[in-house]
Amino acid sequence: MLAAHDVWAWLEDVKDPEVPVLSVVELGIVRDVRIDDGSVTVTITPTYSGCPAMLEIEQEIMRALGARGVESVRLETVYAPAWTTDWMSDAAKQKLTAYGIAPPGRVAQEPNVVAIRSRRTKTDRSVVACPYCGSQETELRSQYGSTACKAIQFCRSCQQPFEEFKTF
Amino acid sequence: MTSDTWVPGKRSDTATSGIASDPHFTYVLRVADDRLVLGHRLSEWCGHAPILEEDIALGNFALDLVGQASALLKHAGEIEGKGRSEDTLAYFRDAVEFRNCLLVELPRGDFAMTLMRQFLFDAFDVLLLEGLAASSDKTLGGIAAKAEKEARYHVRHSAEWLRMLGDGTAESHERAQRALNDLWMYTPELFVADDVERAIVERGIGPHPAELRDRWLATVQRVVSEATLTLPPDEHAASGGRIGRHTEHLGRMLSDMQSLARAHPGATW
Repeated sequence: MLAAHDVWAWLEDVKDPEVPVLSVVELGIVRDVRIDDGSVTVTITPTYSGCPAMLEIEQEIMRALGARGVESVRLETVYAPAWTTDWMSDAAKQKLTAYGIAPPGRVAQEPNVVAIRSRRTKTDRSVVACPYCGSQETELRSQYGSTACKAIQFCRSCQQPFEEFKTF
Repeated sequence: MTSDTWVPGKRSDTATSGIASDPHFTYVLRVADDRLVLGHRLSEWCGHAPILEEDIALGNFALDLVGQASALLKHAGEIEGKGRSEDTLAYFRDAVEFRNCLLVELPRGDFAMTLMRQFLFDAFDVLLLEGLAASSDKTLGGIAAKAEKEARYHVRHSAEWLRMLGDGTAESHERAQRALNDLWMYTPELFVADDVERAIVERGIGPHPAELRDRWLATVQRVVSEATLTLPPDEHAASGGRIGRHTEHLGRMLSDMQSLARAHPGATW
């Protein structure tokens, strides 16, 4: 008899194609698993609205469940509640650091748009520690990196550029 | 306006049917089309931006906006109930059927023009999405609440660039000021309250545009002043996009954006 916790466990094998160290469950992309008469419905949510990895993630989920003998799988995409990096567990954040990506902090209450900061300064945002050497002497190079969810940082201590999973 | 985009009296069925039949559908199209068109304009920079980081940033902006447009157009298609998918709405409507504001369809211009337009839109977009997040239309509200988080990153980025360009070299200052002068007349359209907008406010679907304007202006005035730029006087206002009367630029952009889908309808890859 197929149980939802089996499906959750199998989905741990589906990694995010752009952050292959984390599963779609760890990232919070999988929101719900429902089973009705052996037919599985997986509810997913995109990280960013335009995340180009979503199609591949959907295909990987279908493939992973198909390989376990699940014949009927339905995928549902929801936008609410909006995906947030706060759904990421501490264990997942440690995996990111070990992989060389600085993990996201906690989402602070965002100020109103009129609070757009005057200048980029060191106190602009919480300090992002270098995932390689742990130094906090880092600076933001670009708010946008190789994927929508990442920023480009630079470590002045070990002179390495590195990626940061943006707090979102 | 040229004859290939809008002809008075011609094809008014397609140009106005959405407005006449359902303000809800038209409104969601307006919100969606702003994003689709601006997203496409930004994607034109891919491989051409002045520095690699900015090439990537503009590409990411475009992804966010087109992704939002996709979700919104899907929703619009469901509201309309005629079986049109997000792809049908994006690729098989002509310019007269688009409901985006004129600001977003103008050619990308130089880098200052692109970033100035982006800032003027982003500062508006954060406020609009904040209002839409409380919409009586729960699907629209969910898409907006998500998009708002993205828009906050956008406006931070575009505002920062504005300060760098305005308070930069003589050349970058002059280009930023020119961009502001050229674009200013297109901003009032963001806040026009017509029958569609009034119906939307009445039904609790979206915020009143005039109420967004004061807050938008305060943000714009502050950032423009920090960028050592000067707001031009409110002399002219260009509008028409919201009812399908576009500049000649949109048709040309669509001929590029839609060519593949129209040459190979139903193609998948």
